[in-house]
Amino acid sequence: MYKLDKLTARIGFAALLVLSAHSAVAQSDSAKYPGIGRHATMAEVAAWDIDVRPDFKGLPKGSGSVEKGQAIWEAKCASCHGTFGESNEIFTPIAGGTTKDDVKTGKVASLKDMKQPQRTTLMKVPTVSTLWDYIYRAMPWNAPRSLTPDDTYAVVAFILSLGEIVPDDFVLSDKNIAEVKMPNRNGMTTKHGFWNVKDKPDVNGSSCMHNCVPFVQIGSTLPDFARNAHNNIAEQNRMYGPYRGVDTTKPPIKQLPGASGQGLAHAADTHSSAAKGPAALFKNENCSACHAPNAKLVGPSIADIAKKYDGQSGAVDKLMAKVKAGGAGVWGSIPMPPQAQLSDEDRKTLVTWILSGGK
Amino acid sequence: MEKPANRARLVKAPEHFISQELIADINANGLDENRRGFLRKGFMSALGGAAAGLTAPLAMAAGEGDPAILEKQEWQTTLGKNVATMPYGMPSIYESNLIRRESPGLTRVSAASVAFTPLQGLFGTITPNGLHFERHHQGWYNLNPETHRLMVNGLVKNPRVFTMNDLMRMPSVSRTHFIECGANTGLEWGNVAVPTVQYTHGMLSCCEFTGVPLKVLLEECGADLKKGKFMLAEGGDGSGMTRTINLESCLNDTIVAWAMNGEMLRPENGFPLRLVVPGVQGVSWVKWLRRLEVGDMPWNAKDEAVHYIELMPDGSHRQYASIQECKSVITTPSGGQQLLDKGFYNVSGMAWSGRGKIRRVDVSFDGGNNWRTARLETPILDKSITRFNIDWVWDGSPAILQSRAMDDTGYIQPTIKKLRDVRGTRSIYHNNAIQSWKLDSNGEVSNVQVG
Repeated sequence: MYKLDKLTARIGFAALLVLSAHSAVAQSDSAKYPGIGRHATMAEVAAWDIDVRPDFKGLPKGSGSVEKGQAIWEAKCASCHGTFGESNEIFTPIAGGTTKDDVKTGKVASLKDMKQPQRTTLMKVPTVSTLWDYIYRAMPWNAPRSLTPDDTYAVVAFILSLGEIVPDDFVLSDKNIAEVKMPNRNGMTTKHGFWNVKDKPDVNGSSCMHNCVPFVQIGSTLPDFARNAHNNIAEQNRMYGPYRGVDTTKPPIKQLPGASGQGLAHAADTHSSAAKGPAALFKNENCSACHAPNAKLVGPSIADIAKKYDGQSGAVDKLMAKVKAGGAGVWGSIPMPPQAQLSDEDRKTLVTWILSGGK
Repeated sequence: MEKPANRARLVKAPEHFISQELIADINANGLDENRRGFLRKGFMSALGGAAAGLTAPLAMAAGEGDPAILEKQEWQTTLGKNVATMPYGMPSIYESNLIRRESPGLTRVSAASVAFTPLQGLFGTITPNGLHFERHHQGWYNLNPETHRLMVNGLVKNPRVFTMNDLMRMPSVSRTHFIECGANTGLEWGNVAVPTVQYTHGMLSCCEFTGVPLKVLLEECGADLKKGKFMLAEGGDGSGMTRTINLESCLNDTIVAWAMNGEMLRPENGFPLRLVVPGVQGVSWVKWLRRLEVGDMPWNAKDEAVHYIELMPDGSHRQYASIQECKSVITTPSGGQQLLDKGFYNVSGMAWSGRGKIRRVDVSFDGGNNWRTARLETPILDKSITRFNIDWVWDGSPAILQSRAMDDTGYIQPTIKKLRDVRGTRSIYHNNAIQSWKLDSNGEVSNVQVG
């Protein structure tokens, strides 16, 4: 009896084990890593899987005209990219450098003749899906993912019209996008040595050890005027040890300073450069993503703001309210997003600093 | 006759009248009434001391010994700081010159910019986490790990979602690899443009990364690895950064990583999750990783069709140039540094290859005419930085220092001339040329190109 009981108990225990193992599988749907991860629902995949490939897999239905694209462009894109996509102020230009002939051949001629000073997006991008995908996922710069599919079709149509790839009355849609002929569609190559680690390199060096070159000639050096262009290098090196930094605020020294380092201008400690004060706040709170000291970026420059409000009473309070709530209309149609994360103290510091012209 | 200098004599402040710590404190935080008081007190007592015992320092200089030995130092005679005064720890205040820096004027907006690692001051092979270079395309965020998700979809049997809790329960590996931006040294394609190794080579770091192997994750989701030769990695930042990963080439050593040098990733480096693709340009190591999609063709995403491409002399663009080829650079001494005197120096640098291990590094002191083989320090790891050292006695005459690395595939780092002969001068990416540093007889080292 005793033995039988034990056997029954054993069978029961084994059955329980099998059952519990089954339920674990059902719960996590993983044989190897029970309890880890879960199925992605269709809605979840749809929410995140927004990429569009060169074969247009993933492209949502929709359409947009050049005309509508122009309106969106002027409101949301032109401040960074220029009215005609020509601006080189913040990012490289979108349009320019392509011809109707390039659209025919699928190779941009100006990439070879070097006449174009700056390569534009339309000179480079071989597939129209790339434009669609990136604009939909990441534009505008300060408000990514805020365009609808129809908006995106319209903006892409406008960009294509800037390059005379489509006519001014064109309506781009999921039906006709595959017919768009990009100017540089044949200009890309993957036949080079470094897409796969097993590929053969295109350039290789020499292992010569002695008398390897007939003469040593220096072809390029940093010009004298650039000596201090990266600020004082002495302050970017260790203040002790065998290798110190060169004091680039001064001309080169005449002779070796000697083992003690005496006579060498000792670099100041730059600990103080670690994020303090309104300038650091301005950068760290992302204000510098849209505003620069003297040039107009997405928003007006600090200098322009200071000039506009110079001498106005109540300017601090007015701007403080605007930084908190956001706004639009004073400097054009690009909205300034609300910066509610800032404490009152930080907002006051920032606004006072901006009104002083960033001094 | 009285010398003119004695008429309006400037009395120099006595040396060491304030402590090094107070100097650093004033440099860091500026002067206030409290610190001013300390200064005044220190100056007066130092003056008093100097007047009373004027001969003492001279006597020491005459042969008694070094004041750093003979005099009691503040840290020997007073109570030091408490344990856990800085609970996470910071480098010494005397190390504060070595920080990540932007190259002035390189970009207009800091949210899409680069901050370079100060290679000139690093030792060994590991980059401290606070100095790992930064490159963002639309700014960085502190993502909440509790709500962060990783989705795997595409050519998989089971599209799945993982939380950080899920991923960190999975079998993990810890491997040391370098990460280098494809544009590292790109500023130097045309000519010498920047002064120091921080700006020429500082888009380079090397860390021990911990995470779950990509292969484990893909197998868990039932990925079709016959049809699925490619994978899209997507970031959770504003740029929704996407890159095509060549599964055929990268599947075996790619890691979905959450840790770097023993701590969680830093926010600037992708906290809480990033892709680690050893040997491949940094832009493919997608930060704030939120989605992996298996597919049967490359995606031609913006950063692989518009930016990370190379213009060849025939007018064609090279696309998907991913591998970071064998490269090395001498970091001490390097551009912008100053040697104090003639004599013995340890010359040191870093070598790495995206195709494998470093096999040999040669160093030249005469601009590439004659070479000597350097010592390679261990460990020598796959697709990782290897430190090299070589002894040198400098006789005080001008010299041009170069290093040249070879990897275990037999590839040898080329000169800038060899690269330009094939690729022209309009490229930006994949400049792995031999770097030259010119040492003048005054001890100043500067960036030059030979040939």
